[in-house]
Order: sequence, then C-alpha cells, then structure tokens
Amino acid sequence: MPVSVVITVDARACKKCGICVEFCPKAVLESGPFGEVLVTRAEACNQCRLCELRCPDLAITVEGG
Amino acid sequence: MAKLKPLTELRKEHFHFSRFPTTYCPGCGIGNVLQAVTRAIDETGRPPESFTFAVGIGCYGNIGNYLDFDELRLSHGRVPAMATGLKLARPDLNVIAMMGDGDATAIGGNHLIHAARRNIDITAIILNNHTYGMTGGQYSPATRLGDYATTAPYGMLEPAFDICKLAEGAGATFVARTTTFRMVQTIDIVRRAIEHPGFALVEIDSQCPVIYGRMNRWGDAVSMLKKQNALTVTLEKAKTMTPEELKGKIVVGIFKQAVEPEFTGEYYKVINRVRRPQDAS
Ligand SMILES: Cc1ncc(C[n+]2csc(CCOP(=O)(O)OP(=O)(O)O)c2C)c(N)n1
Ligand code: SF4
Ligand SMILES: [Mg+2]
Repeated sequence: MPVSVVITVDARACKKCGICVEFCPKAVLESGPFGEVLVTRAEACNQCRLCELRCPDLAITVEGG
Repeated sequence: MAKLKPLTELRKEHFHFSRFPTTYCPGCGIGNVLQAVTRAIDETGRPPESFTFAVGIGCYGNIGNYLDFDELRLSHGRVPAMATGLKLARPDLNVIAMMGDGDATAIGGNHLIHAARRNIDITAIILNNHTYGMTGGQYSPATRLGDYATTAPYGMLEPAFDICKLAEGAGATFVARTTTFRMVQTIDIVRRAIEHPGFALVEIDSQCPVIYGRMNRWGDAVSMLKKQNALTVTLEKAKTMTPEELKGKIVVGIFKQAVEPEFTGEYYKVINRVRRPQDAS
C-alpha cells in the first residue's frame, strides 16, 4: 500500500523530549542517536494524531492520508 | 469533539511559531496547555480578537510571546483581580485567566476565591505542576504530601490544596480537572469552561520534568506522564472508590456545572437602574 501520510518534525521547535516516540500506539517513530525523532514506520500510522496532540512544542505534524 | 484542526493551521492562526522553540524545558507541560487552550478557543468559533489572556508570573508567564492573542501580563498572584477589572470594563471580551498553582493558590489565593465567589464570567486555567517552577522548585500549596521540594528537603509536611474543592466551595459555577496526558478531554473541558456563563475553573495537572521531576527522581517527561496517567481516575470511577483508595489520585472530570447570577450582568443591571436619564449615552 502506498504511504499517503506525511509526518514532519520541525527540528527547530523540537526539544527531543521523546513524548511522541514513547506514546505512539503504532510505534511509527524512533529516537535517533542524538535524540532526534525519526519517522521509521510511516506506513503503520493510523493518523490518530496523538503525537501532534501531545507534543509540547507543536513540532510534529501528521498530514494527508 | 469537532474534527481536529491541522496543527499547521493552528500554528498559523494562533501562534507566533517563528519564535519557537519556546523557553520551556524539554517535555514541560506548559506547551501542552497552550495547545489545548488554543484548540478549545478555536472550537468555540468565537473570533480570536474577542479573547484576552490575563497571565501571571511563573515559567508559563511569557506565553504571550508565543500566542497571537491580546494579553495582560500581570504581577504574581493578581490575575483574578485584574481579570475582574477587565471583564467589568469590557464585558464583551472572553477573558482567559492563566495561572500557575503557586500564582493562583499561594500569593493569589485570596483573589482567586473572591473571583469565584462573585461568579464573574472568566475562564480560569490553573496549570498545576505542584511547584514553583520558575524560582527553582520551592513547594507550593499544591505540592503533594511527602513529595520533595527545595524548601521541603525531607518531604512536604503539609497536605496539598484540592484546588477544585477550593473553587467549588468558594462559589465557582464550573469546576473541572484534567491532565496534560488527556489532551482530547482537556480541549473539550476548556471549551465548555469558556462557553460557561460564569466563573469557570479548570485545573490542568501538568509535568515539570526538569525541576519537580528530578527532585522527586521521577525521571523525564515521558516517565512523569506515565506516572500522571497511572494516578488518574475518572470521576465516574472515583465515585466507586473509598477515600483511602483515592489518596494521591488525580480525579478528572467536571465536578460542577451550574448557572447562577453572573457578576458582570448583575453589575450592569445596577448601572442601568440607577443611572439618571440625562446621563445615558
Ligand atoms: C510579588 C511577587 N512575589 C514573588 C515573586 C517570585 N516568584 C516568581 S514565580 C513564583 C512562583 C511561580 O510558581 P507557579 O505560579 O506555580 O508557576 P510555575 O513557575 O510553576 O509555572 C514566585 C514566587 C514574584 N515574581 N512576585
Ligand atoms: S522548570 Fe518545570 S515548569 Fe518551568 S519550564 Fe522547566 S519543566 Fe516547565
Ligand atoms: Mg507551578
């Protein structure tokens, strides 16, 4: 299935708190070696947008689909 | 709940996103509260220019730097008093009174209870991180019994205020508690609080990972949110539990919602009654 959802992390706003990575129910996100957020399983995203809602820095967006 | 507005639109319409990153520590709940309150405002459908934030002093005190709303930046503790003045002078405005737990229940406790007693149509949001974050983690009246603070190195000796019970007892007509983890509920409750015609108080339990979290060895924001969620009990569930079982729990829900005479309305009724015809403009 083609991936139609686009998850974007604004590196300037993100403080690498890890909330989005930890609480994504589909384990779509991972923390990179420097704590940066990596979108590693976009195809598993069900667009619940909990990462967006819980991000204290308005840094992650889920669009499309 | 209405369909969730895309975050890119929320940023554009209600924030100065170009000024991000914010000054708050990584994972701090202030950002969660900002998103919840702006989404709630947005969902009321009322024009953004009809809202004014009244903001006290604390880590959250600079939210006006990031929000694209009118703001009164006030001295510590005086938010309910100044918000009362603003609302009386401009009853057409939606006044959002943003306070910290220290701001609202220590230095500003007196102002808070009297604003509640008058049932003036203000939406009070109390960001309860259980500490004085800004000044380095001293205990506040909302620090939980036994928790550590810089001024409670052997654990907090005093029981904490139940802010919602305090507000209810003082006369607030809408009283609710929610948490930063429960964002969907928080948005919904804050919207109801704004739409409520009277003094509405929403306590939002929030994480201060860098001061309070560290001092209590609760780890980072993620572990604090897990802990907050584990302690959370809905009002429905709480009704089936004993006071002993409820000790230390965060009970969430709407505790009171009643329509009673509102102060601004009563005040203008008096003005209209006593004003001489020749003074009417
Ligand atoms: C009149 C006055 N007294 C004391 C202070 C010092 N002071 C600044 S912030 C603060 C406490 C803030 O705690 P809280 O309201 O819980 O906000 P937080 O920093 O936790 O978000 C105090 C006592 C002040 N700024 N003004
Ligand atoms: S000290 Fe605590 S409340 Fe203040 S910005 Fe840091 S995490 Fe947030
Ligand atoms: Mg505080």
